[in-house]
Amino acid sequence: MELRGKAWKYGDDVDTDVIIPARYLNTSDPAELARHCMEDIDATFASKVAAGDFIVAGKNFGCGSSREHAPIAIKASGASAVIARSFARIFYRNAFNMGLPIFEAPDAVDEIEAGDRLAVDMERGSLRNETKGKEYRFTPIPPFMRELVAAGGLLHYISKRKKGD
Amino acid sequence: MGMTLTEKILAAHAGRDAVAPGELILAKVDLALGNDVTSPIAIQAFRSLGAPAVFDRGRIALVPDHFAPNKDIKSAEQVKMMREFAKEFGIVNYFEVGRMGIEHVLLPDEGLVVPGDLVIGADSHTCTYGALCAFSTGVGSTDLAAAMFSGEVWLKVPETLRIVLSGRPAKWVEGKDVILHIIGEIGVDGALYRAMEYAGDGIAHLSMAWRFTMANMAIEAGAKNGIFPFDAATKAYSDGRAKRKYEVVTADPGARYADEISVDLSALEPVVAFPHLPENTKPLSQVGDVPIDQVVVGSCTNGRIEDLRSAAAVIRGRKVHDGVRMLIFPATQEIYLQAMREGLMEAFVTAGAAFSTPTCGPCLGGHMGILAKGERAISTTNRNFVGRMGHPESEVYLSNPAVAAASAVLGRIGGPDELP
Repeated sequence: MELRGKAWKYGDDVDTDVIIPARYLNTSDPAELARHCMEDIDATFASKVAAGDFIVAGKNFGCGSSREHAPIAIKASGASAVIARSFARIFYRNAFNMGLPIFEAPDAVDEIEAGDRLAVDMERGSLRNETKGKEYRFTPIPPFMRELVAAGGLLHYISKRKKGD
Repeated sequence: MGMTLTEKILAAHAGRDAVAPGELILAKVDLALGNDVTSPIAIQAFRSLGAPAVFDRGRIALVPDHFAPNKDIKSAEQVKMMREFAKEFGIVNYFEVGRMGIEHVLLPDEGLVVPGDLVIGADSHTCTYGALCAFSTGVGSTDLAAAMFSGEVWLKVPETLRIVLSGRPAKWVEGKDVILHIIGEIGVDGALYRAMEYAGDGIAHLSMAWRFTMANMAIEAGAKNGIFPFDAATKAYSDGRAKRKYEVVTADPGARYADEISVDLSALEPVVAFPHLPENTKPLSQVGDVPIDQVVVGSCTNGRIEDLRSAAAVIRGRKVHDGVRMLIFPATQEIYLQAMREGLMEAFVTAGAAFSTPTCGPCLGGHMGILAKGERAISTTNRNFVGRMGHPESEVYLSNPAVAAASAVLGRIGGPDELP
C-alpha cells in the first residue's frame, strides 16, 4: 500500500497535550477531535491538512498522556501516517492498536522540510521524498505488530485468539 | 540467566520460566483500570466485541477522577457511560464522587494493587504502582478494552535501566526532587521503552509516599515502568491493606541491566522544572526571580497525606501572597479526612488557600484552576507541557510540596528557608 501526501514538519518531544489539548477530552467523537488536532502547536494544521498528508517530527513523538484521542484525532484529520525519529511507547502501541500507521525513519526526518511531497510504500519499507528526489528505508514493523494489523486491530486479534481460531 | 524485577514479574504473568528484553509476550493482568477520559472509548470498543461478560468483574477498576465532579454536560455524559457500564457488568470497583479519589493514590491505598502484581491502566501514570514492587504501565483505551475482555495484555519485555541511590536527602529534599533530578539528567526520553529499577541503600531513606512520586514520573523519562525493590517499608504499607495475597519478588544477582546510573541523595537540593518539559530542571538556588500567579498542591504525583503535611508545615501561621491563588487537592477522601483530623486543612484555609474535593482537575488543564494567557503556576503535578494547565501561553513550573507552599507565601518561586 502506498501513501502519498505532503509533509507537516514539527520538532522533538511533540506531546499529546498539544496533539489534542485536554480541554477537548470531554468527547471521543473523531470528527470533533480532528477539528482541534495539533491546535496548541500549529493552529493552521486542522483546517489546512489534506487527505494523505504526513506528520513528520523528531524524537519522542506522542510523549505524555495515554489518551487514545491523540492518534484518533490524527487519523480523523485525514493524515495518513506519522514519521518520526522515535515514538513515546504508549503512543506507539495506541497507534497500532487502532490502525494509524507510524514509522521510525531518522535519516528521512532530518532532511524532510515542511511541504515536501512524500510517498511511503509500507510493504517495501521505503519512503521517497519526491520534492528532493531522495529515497530512504525505514525500520520494518515487528512481525507481531504485522499480525495485529492483519487481524484488523487488537480487538479482532484477541477475540479470534479467545475463540481458539 | 538472572532476571531483573520487571523481567521476573513479566515471566510469572506470562507463564514462563524466563523472559528476555525485546520478546513480545501475552501476560495475565491482575488489575486493569480506566478513568473518565479513557474508559468511554474502551467501553465502546468492549461493547463492539459483543462479549456477555468481562474477564473478572473484581479485577477492573473504573475511577472517574479527571473531569469529576463533572465539569460540564459532556463530562457528565462520559461518567454516566462508565457508571452504567459498571452496573450492567457488575464491576466491583467503580468509585463514585464522594467515595472517589485520584486513581493512582486510591487503588494502592485501598489495597487493590499489591506487590508482585501486573497492572495496566488507560492512564499514563499507571506506572505509579512500581513503588510496591509491582509491574504497572500505562496503555491506551483499546488495550483496556482487550484486557477487560481477555484478562491479558501484549507487552514487549523492556530493557532495564538500573538507578543506584545512595546517601540521605537533606531537609526539604523529597522524592519529587530525586525524580526531577533524574529526568533532568537523562531527559524526557532518557528511559524510552525501558524499565527504571531502583537499587542501593539510599532507598531506605525514601518513604512510600516518595517512592510513589518517583515511580509515578517514570513516564516523564519515557519509561515503561519504574520499580522499587520490596523492603520493610513496602511490607509495612501492604500488610493489613492488601486485599489479595501478595508475592515478594527480588531481582536475581546475575540480572542484566542495559545501563546504570548513580544518584547521591545527600548532594541534592530541591529541584524545579521550568516550562515546557520536565527535563528543564534547575536546582532551587539557581531559579532566580520567577513571580507566580497560582500554586497547586495535589495530583497522583503529590496528593498524599505526607505531601499535604509537608506543604502545611511551611504554610502554617503564614499567609498566601496577595497576588497568588493557592489550591490544595487531597488525592482521596481518606486523605481529605486525615488532613482535617490533623489540622492541615485548617492551616491551609486560614492561610488563604482553597481546599478542594479530590480531582485531577487542574493538573491536565481540565477544570478547577485553569490558567489565563500569560499566567504562571508552580505545581506539584507531573507535566509542564505547552498549555498543560490552561492557555497555550501560560506556564507551569514543577516542584515538591514544600517549595510550592513557600512560593505561595513569597509570591515567587522560592524555598522554605527564604521565609521570614
